[in-house]
Amino acid sequence: MSLTDYSITKPIDQVAIEERVSRLNKRSIKKESKVQALKMALSMMDLTTLEGKDSDGKVIQLCQKAKLPYASMPDLPKVAAVCVYPTMVRIAKKHVSGSGIHVASVATAFPSGMAPLSVRIDDTKFAVSEGADEVDMVISRGAFLSGEYNKVFDEIAAIKEACGDAHLKVILETGELLTYENVRKASDIAMEAGGDFIKTSTGKISPAATQPVTLVMLEAIRDYYYKTGKMIGMKPAGGIRTAKQALQYLVLVKETLGAAWLNNQYFRFGASSLANDVLMQIVKQETGQYQSPDYFSVD
Amino acid sequence: MSQTTETKETPYKPTSPNSKLDFASFWEYDPAPESTDHITIEDRYELFIDGKFVKPSKGRYFKSTNPATKEVITEFAEATQSDVDKAVKAARKAYNGEWSSLSAKARGKYLFRIARMLQERAREFSVLESIDGGKPIRESRDVDVPLAAAHFFYYAGWADKLDYAFPGKTPESLGVCGQIIPWNFPLLMLAWKIAPALACGNTVVLKPAESTSLTALKFAELVKDAGVPAGVINIVTGAGQTGSEIVNHNDINKIAFTGSTKVGKIIQKSLAGTDKKFTLELGGKGALIVFEDAAIDQAVEGIINAIFFNQGHVCCAGSRLLVQEGVADQVINKLKDRMESLIVGDPLDKNTDIGAINSSQQFDTINSFLEIGLEEGADVYQSKCEIPDSGYFIRPTLFTNVSQSNRVVQEEIFGPVLTVQTFRTADEAIDKANNTPFGLAGGVWTDKGSKIFKVGSELRSGVVWANTYNKFDPTSPFGGFKESGVGREGGLHGLAAYVNLK
Repeated sequence: MSLTDYSITKPIDQVAIEERVSRLNKRSIKKESKVQALKMALSMMDLTTLEGKDSDGKVIQLCQKAKLPYASMPDLPKVAAVCVYPTMVRIAKKHVSGSGIHVASVATAFPSGMAPLSVRIDDTKFAVSEGADEVDMVISRGAFLSGEYNKVFDEIAAIKEACGDAHLKVILETGELLTYENVRKASDIAMEAGGDFIKTSTGKISPAATQPVTLVMLEAIRDYYYKTGKMIGMKPAGGIRTAKQALQYLVLVKETLGAAWLNNQYFRFGASSLANDVLMQIVKQETGQYQSPDYFSVD
Repeated sequence: MSQTTETKETPYKPTSPNSKLDFASFWEYDPAPESTDHITIEDRYELFIDGKFVKPSKGRYFKSTNPATKEVITEFAEATQSDVDKAVKAARKAYNGEWSSLSAKARGKYLFRIARMLQERAREFSVLESIDGGKPIRESRDVDVPLAAAHFFYYAGWADKLDYAFPGKTPESLGVCGQIIPWNFPLLMLAWKIAPALACGNTVVLKPAESTSLTALKFAELVKDAGVPAGVINIVTGAGQTGSEIVNHNDINKIAFTGSTKVGKIIQKSLAGTDKKFTLELGGKGALIVFEDAAIDQAVEGIINAIFFNQGHVCCAGSRLLVQEGVADQVINKLKDRMESLIVGDPLDKNTDIGAINSSQQFDTINSFLEIGLEEGADVYQSKCEIPDSGYFIRPTLFTNVSQSNRVVQEEIFGPVLTVQTFRTADEAIDKANNTPFGLAGGVWTDKGSKIFKVGSELRSGVVWANTYNKFDPTSPFGGFKESGVGREGGLHGLAAYVNLK
């Protein structure tokens, strides 16, 4: 395969992308298809805590929630993964062990990525050695915006190598890339450099995930798939708080990439507060009534 | 180890013709039908003449069916010569009397009132439009009805500002206008016709299409509720013969027609030698020109919107795709995949993208074109979606391996059928796009602004959209070159069609 010249920009029509999203938002998801989607959303969640004040106690609570999101309905699906800082991987791993839930760790001097490559590689190796199944890295946005595309590529490739068997999610931090064309270019670089997933945001920059950005990334994944036959995963993260938003994202995936991507092997939500709204909607669908938010655990 | 090289069995049934993208087998949307509880449809509708609903003089009625179910929904009166004459007399009386004595501001007030009442009853009108004509509720709700209201708002604003619309000239109303509208956008075409006519001080006799008269008669009820003076708006239902009575009536000052080029030519012949003014908005065979530097995924989306909007029953539909050779395979493959995610079915379902073909007649026409295409040696691709057993439905269709000489490329099909040709240079694309008796609309997709202006200005068509398609606004004139029509509707140009300038 010939190497891509990243200085050539693939045009993206901003107006048409946003129009497509607003049309897809008009899909009406009712009855059984809604319940199915809500459960799907729950199973795709990377339950996340990424704060300076995180402690063992906080992470343990998160792991409990991941295993049993709502005790009154034990048959609900578990979430896909818990997402923590590298220093919290060991404790998280311990408390989800045997459940099938993955531990994802942000690494590479998250969220800025402003550390020497060697430090970022060590950070990654540390997370993996502590037991992380998945690594969420950040790209060097500064290098990207100054046109050093090959440097960004090489860094991703180096981190991929450091990951070993762990799955690599590449965070583009689209809120700092500003244009859809940059998002597209960064997606292409991340996929071609070996990322298993591409992810919108750290959650530390506003705006975080948006639907138009997600659509641009899904279309990049589709083109990569057409070209290589390889399926790359997608993870919008940050700013997704309601079940309604989650359903809208799933519609984007279904109508852009189809059913093969509608599982947690290829699609994840990075979110902390989304789970409770999804749970609340599931209960509403089963019982016909909204519960008080106090019935759902705050973790 | 042989185990690691074994491919995993996937449960997915690929629907995509060129990959394993699968848009059907998992997580299907449940039906989400728009409620019809709030709708009342009478068993029979009369003619609306001189502010009253009156029986047709010959006592004849014709049935109207729901094209999605083939069920009869109601029946409409057939207006014959004496009914049309009655309607024209009522319109003349109103024109000579109350309507002309009103101030321009008062005329505008009625138009504003109609616009607001259309908005208030938007849900009712959109559901009726979908039941009667088969168009998806998403379109009648988001396009037809809001745009119809917008036209009334727009021309309401002009009513008392006509003196400023044509600097240095004095506009005078024409008198009685005969208006004949098609079945593809029943309420919207009614608005395009009635709003500017009334704003300029004319009165109207309007004939809706025989297969889609329902919203016109509901509109008549609204006109009554709005207290518009009797005779200003008259609505007579019927088929071609009724239309011909309007065209040939000697006390009508202007004919406005939207419909097929064939009928348009007949009308223009019968108007020759009379002093009637006329505007004709006729057929089209719009070209979609996609250059290799376009944003491809968004161009594909534009193509989908250009040809499958309203089942392709759009006079300005983009029914000929011209794609630059370097990206032709890519565009065609993506188009096929995109067609697989279109939902064809119940027009009242909020998730339906493509509804029912408007009538059995049109259903037969489109099917005969599908056969013609095959006979001409075209390769056909249809999406594999399920379509309802009842009613008139046609799968989205693509004809590749066609050329400029084929009938499916030359003639207006007026259905969800797109032909695909390739080109090498901009000049070739322009030549092919212009090589048709029509000239209503076209689209250009490229990332390069200068190319948009170069190609756009050389296309012989009334409308050229760039990087989008089927965008309408009351402020923008619409109309055709060549056999696509005479005159413009919409905007200031649309106003000029309803006045004499002195």
